Amino acid sequence: MSNKEKYDQVFVESFSVSPDVLNADFVYQCVPQWDSVGHMAMIAALEDTFDIMMETEDIIEFSSYTVGKEKLKKYGVEV
Amino acid sequence: MPESHDPVPVTDWPAFGLAGPDKRERILAELRRLTRHHRDACPPYRAIVDKLGFPTDTLDTLEDVPFLPVRLFKRHRLLSVPDGDVVKTMTSSGTSGQSRSQIVLDKTTSALQVKVLSRIMAEVIGPKRLPMLVIDGRATVADRYRFSARTAGILGFSMFGRDVAYALNDDMTLNREGTRAFLDKHAGQDILVFGFTFIVWRHLIRALEEAGESLPLEGGILIHGGGWKQLLAQAVAPDAFRARVAGVTGMTRVHNYYGMVEQTGSIFMECGEGRLHASAWSEIVIRDPGTFAPLPPGESGLVQLLSVLPHSYPGHSLLSEDVGHILGRDDCPCGRAGTTLRIEGRLEHAEIRGCSDTYPP
Repeated sequence: MSNKEKYDQVFVESFSVSPDVLNADFVYQCVPQWDSVGHMAMIAALEDTFDIMMETEDIIEFSSYTVGKEKLKKYGVEV
Repeated sequence: MPESHDPVPVTDWPAFGLAGPDKRERILAELRRLTRHHRDACPPYRAIVDKLGFPTDTLDTLEDVPFLPVRLFKRHRLLSVPDGDVVKTMTSSGTSGQSRSQIVLDKTTSALQVKVLSRIMAEVIGPKRLPMLVIDGRATVADRYRFSARTAGILGFSMFGRDVAYALNDDMTLNREGTRAFLDKHAGQDILVFGFTFIVWRHLIRALEEAGESLPLEGGILIHGGGWKQLLAQAVAPDAFRARVAGVTGMTRVHNYYGMVEQTGSIFMECGEGRLHASAWSEIVIRDPGTFAPLPPGESGLVQLLSVLPHSYPGHSLLSEDVGHILGRDDCPCGRAGTTLRIEGRLEHAEIRGCSDTYPP
């Protein structure tokens, strides 16, 4: 699986959404599942998937599907 | 957000490095700005402070900053930004029959809260996220539609942890096997241990003592807050609390924190000397419960909390129903600058406020 597919799969599974909705408009709190509970679950899933550990600041700033891709670059993950 | 007169953004202030007049001037400048902003943007705030007879223009000292009773937020949804800018509403945990506070946050305020909490936390746990043991049951956070202050607190602090594990079963008994397995896995590392004071006491410390057991938590850094709630009759002094924690867990790094949902982010953190510290972003005034006159250090009175974070609601200066006293200023043996305080309890006959030491991620 490519990194893009893995990244999308985390969103699909964490927020129970279809891959079609994953675009620039998919942002924090845009679906009920992406609340503060869902956010930490999604971060944990990303960390497991890519075997990384994100800094608190990046978790805070991880505000959308698109921003998340930028954040992962910092940890050597190109999506 | 209206421009700040301070060239340094507040989030760049040294967390516990501002002392004396420097601290007072910086925080006073921000509080003046916030008072003006809330007077302009929140008509009910303006009406209340005018009615209470606070000075309108000159705020020469921190004691001059108008303050609202914290319980006002239980009766009124006060906001200083357009309704469309509200991204989150936080509520305090009202137990049945009590009203809940409603605190509205816009993006700016929410981001400030998170950044400032993260600066204060770095002071006690370091810059890295640590393996985290929550002294609570997973069920407390599982039901996100019954979002309580406890849930919000656990989730908020979870940002500073990783590989989060829960020490209690859902019936609040200690999960001995699970906890031991977690501690084995992270043996030799620092561990962030987080819980609410009365739960840590009842379901970890007392539970271990009663069973004659101990846990190898020497690497743990305990962050606890929220007070004693319904266990007030069992409350123990901070020194005794630390001694008993060390007795059954070996944990010597223990930090109580004091804060309220109405001023999330700028919490007061206990240092190794057992003193609660105001950070750069907060300050305390103690007031006589009868006359509301400010009291000198050492004298007990009502705790007024000042915070530079509330922008979307007029909560930058609040009179709590907590009683406490100032221990000193810039003189704590731990070396941190700023005001130190001790909380003694709640004003008698006050409506008991629910747990409010919460924090939104």
